[in-house]
Amino acid sequence: MKGLYSFFSLLLLIAIALIGVQLVKWHFLFGVIIPYLAVAIFIIGIIYRVVKWAKSPVPFRITTTCGQQKTLPWIKSSRFDNPSNLFGTLVRMAMEILFFRSLFRNTKADIKDGKIVYGGNKWLWLGGLAFHWTFLIVLLRHFRFFTEPTPFFVSWIQNLDGLLQIGVPVMYMTDVILLGALTYLFLRRVIIPQVRYISLASDYFPLFLIMAIGTTGVLMRYVPSMKVDIIAVKELTLGLIGFSPVVPEGIGATFFIHLFLVSLLLAYFPISKLMHMGGVFLSPTRNLANNNRARRHVNPWDYPVKGHSYEEWEDEFRELMKDCGLPLEKEE
Amino acid sequence: MSEKYKPEEISQVDYNPPKTDWIDTPVKMRKGCFNYSAIPKSIEYLGLPNPRKWQPTDDDWQLPENWREIILEGLRVRLDRYRSLRVFMDICVRCGACADKCHYYIGSGDPKNMPVLRAELLRAVYRNNFTLAGKIMGKISGARELTVDVLKEWFYYFFQCTECRRCSVFCPYGIDTAEITMMARELLSLVGLDIDWICTPAANCLRTGNHLGIQPHGFKDSVDFAVDDLYDITGIRVEAPINRKGAEILFIVPSADYFADPHYFGFLGYMALFHEIGLDYTFSAYASEGGNFGLFHSYETMKRLNQKIYAEAKRIGAKWILGGECGHMWRVVHQYMDTLNGPADFLEEPVSPITGTKFENARTTKMVHIAEFTADLIKHNKIKLDKSRNDQWRVTWHDSCNPARAMGIFEEPRYILNNTCNNFFDMPEGTIKEQTFCCGSGAGLGTDENLEMRLRGGFPRGNALRYVRDKHNVNLMACMCAIDKATLPALADFWAPGVAIGSLHELVGNALIMTGEKPDRTDLRGEPFVGQKKEEAEKIEERKEDTADA
Repeated sequence: MKGLYSFFSLLLLIAIALIGVQLVKWHFLFGVIIPYLAVAIFIIGIIYRVVKWAKSPVPFRITTTCGQQKTLPWIKSSRFDNPSNLFGTLVRMAMEILFFRSLFRNTKADIKDGKIVYGGNKWLWLGGLAFHWTFLIVLLRHFRFFTEPTPFFVSWIQNLDGLLQIGVPVMYMTDVILLGALTYLFLRRVIIPQVRYISLASDYFPLFLIMAIGTTGVLMRYVPSMKVDIIAVKELTLGLIGFSPVVPEGIGATFFIHLFLVSLLLAYFPISKLMHMGGVFLSPTRNLANNNRARRHVNPWDYPVKGHSYEEWEDEFRELMKDCGLPLEKEE
Repeated sequence: MSEKYKPEEISQVDYNPPKTDWIDTPVKMRKGCFNYSAIPKSIEYLGLPNPRKWQPTDDDWQLPENWREIILEGLRVRLDRYRSLRVFMDICVRCGACADKCHYYIGSGDPKNMPVLRAELLRAVYRNNFTLAGKIMGKISGARELTVDVLKEWFYYFFQCTECRRCSVFCPYGIDTAEITMMARELLSLVGLDIDWICTPAANCLRTGNHLGIQPHGFKDSVDFAVDDLYDITGIRVEAPINRKGAEILFIVPSADYFADPHYFGFLGYMALFHEIGLDYTFSAYASEGGNFGLFHSYETMKRLNQKIYAEAKRIGAKWILGGECGHMWRVVHQYMDTLNGPADFLEEPVSPITGTKFENARTTKMVHIAEFTADLIKHNKIKLDKSRNDQWRVTWHDSCNPARAMGIFEEPRYILNNTCNNFFDMPEGTIKEQTFCCGSGAGLGTDENLEMRLRGGFPRGNALRYVRDKHNVNLMACMCAIDKATLPALADFWAPGVAIGSLHELVGNALIMTGEKPDRTDLRGEPFVGQKKEEAEKIEERKEDTADA
């Protein structure tokens, strides 16, 4: 239901763009104004969100330790899963961000004959990793639209990506993996009852959105009838980057839809769960070293509270203490 | 006490979610799965809001008129104070990796026991009142109005989380449900929704110095009693000073250690060990609690209860502090104490007076874990141990949640076990160390009225225990957490009958060869050692043969 809701909202948005581009011919709106607005919302929105996070302090060092602590010199400590210094913490963060270390631990619990059995469950890790990495590579490949001449690493990625040399134009492996991984992530959300139960419309929407972006991209590249004028596209993108936007004639509607969807993604990003991209860096259970007893951590908003002092305590129990011979600070 | 429940029935868990969406499924207070409310007397002693007589099963919870404003304002304050809360409210992608990591979800199948949905209970209100998306799109974005029913749901589910942090090990963003539960419980307390098993121990602790409300003379009685017991067992009368000024080390234990079984055998173990190495230490009747139920209540309560430890160390002029076996105590000591009540600049960097080892990992907090201390003693051959004195036990080790996931103290206790027992078997990977399962009764939930939920939550631990019992004939699960020792016996009886629960330092005390001990000394439970039993059996056998010959 929530999935359908997201799906139809996206269809509606695509329809609006299609009408805008094909019938009303608002090319400047869809090619320039909306992308500029989206980028502005994206940048300002992300800064706003990150600043908001950063403004809340970290009162306590609440590292989640996932390995042996560093204590006695003859006990081997787990340097990265339970880091005791900055270096270890940086490695831990890098493992988390680049390789999804924690998700790699994933298991699946089942009950069989009254017993709980655990199985490995790396599919989510694999699907998630495949999606994020290919999405990044696809993004980097797009640098060729924003640079002249194209930087060496972009050509390099492009060649590597097309290594299989299938079809004309050459098929990019990342296109296939990206759409495959997205399909997996969507299917598991619908098929696994528990995941379906926890899913919100805002969990389906970005999946559909990115699928649509990928699909329009693929259509432009591989389907002759959907092809767009690449030279004209690059003229537009370079114009956007150089703040002297022009909208050349005859780019093709698919491109405008693609660009509109990307704009949508950018504008949606800061108000959505996609902010996990930034948040993962700020997660206090991961980005702090477990050296609590070795290095003092200060709580900036700490305030005094009324405890129960020794004097008050002894005053209440003095007679009883005297009777049983416990030492006293004051006899009376 | 658990006759009502049967393992065959409890282990039939249905993981299919209900037909209705979670937002539209109201909470049902299931008997056996919630805790009673805090009595007014304790609430008043702690100076907390809205003391009154009420129970969760009442229709009217007698909330203050402006309860909604209080909670929303409380949430706003905490969002500004805790980056953890703000980030965790924003970044969950609902991937579901945490779902079947929670012992309560595994044991109950209730979807709101998935860490993700537990957090969504708070997140939905956060979205509704604090985010743009929630304000624009409302329910579609997963936002939800804060109503009395929502509040009841919070009460039910945030007191069905033991803050064990297992989910946070698996979360790709490190979202820690314990942190969310702690915030939610603080909010609930603002309008007087507290449970008794947290607030009464906290009130006791504030007043008398320990959760059990034992007054100084009672504390002294307990310690004297233990000294006598140890004399009967070993023939050695140890010193066990209390509130002694000038002691080098202040020794802090959870109060159950000197009051409850099977903790007590570990308490005897500490005293035997300290006597044998000639440690210059003291107990304190004022700081007679290492545990801190304030951790399960609020920042303020935790800080109030924790103050006594440093204050007492300062008063008696100790050099540093040694801490006994307790789980959540060590979360507070390791991750909070120095920040809450430090700096402890009147203490010295801890150095073992026996081995000279500097505990550099504790150089600012100045408090050392007993397992670190004892492992160091063994490593330096400072004590004589006879492993065969634990041959009556086939031992497994339960890593307690907080020492596991808030410290990472895994190898110290295992080193001690390997040096004090001949038969030690770990439970399977995935159920130990950082992935250890909770006893299902921590964070103030270890009550009789909550028994069904405890048995359900204890299923994964019990399941792994049953596995080693069947495979290796394990008959003792050792651990170093007072709540574990209090609640695991019932759990083991239910899920893995025949397994007893013991302390790490009970095993140390058993294996310890004490100078001048009597020849017929027994283990700390008063049972003859297996070797002695064998000798005795042989003697009887010989006598029989003699009689037969005659």
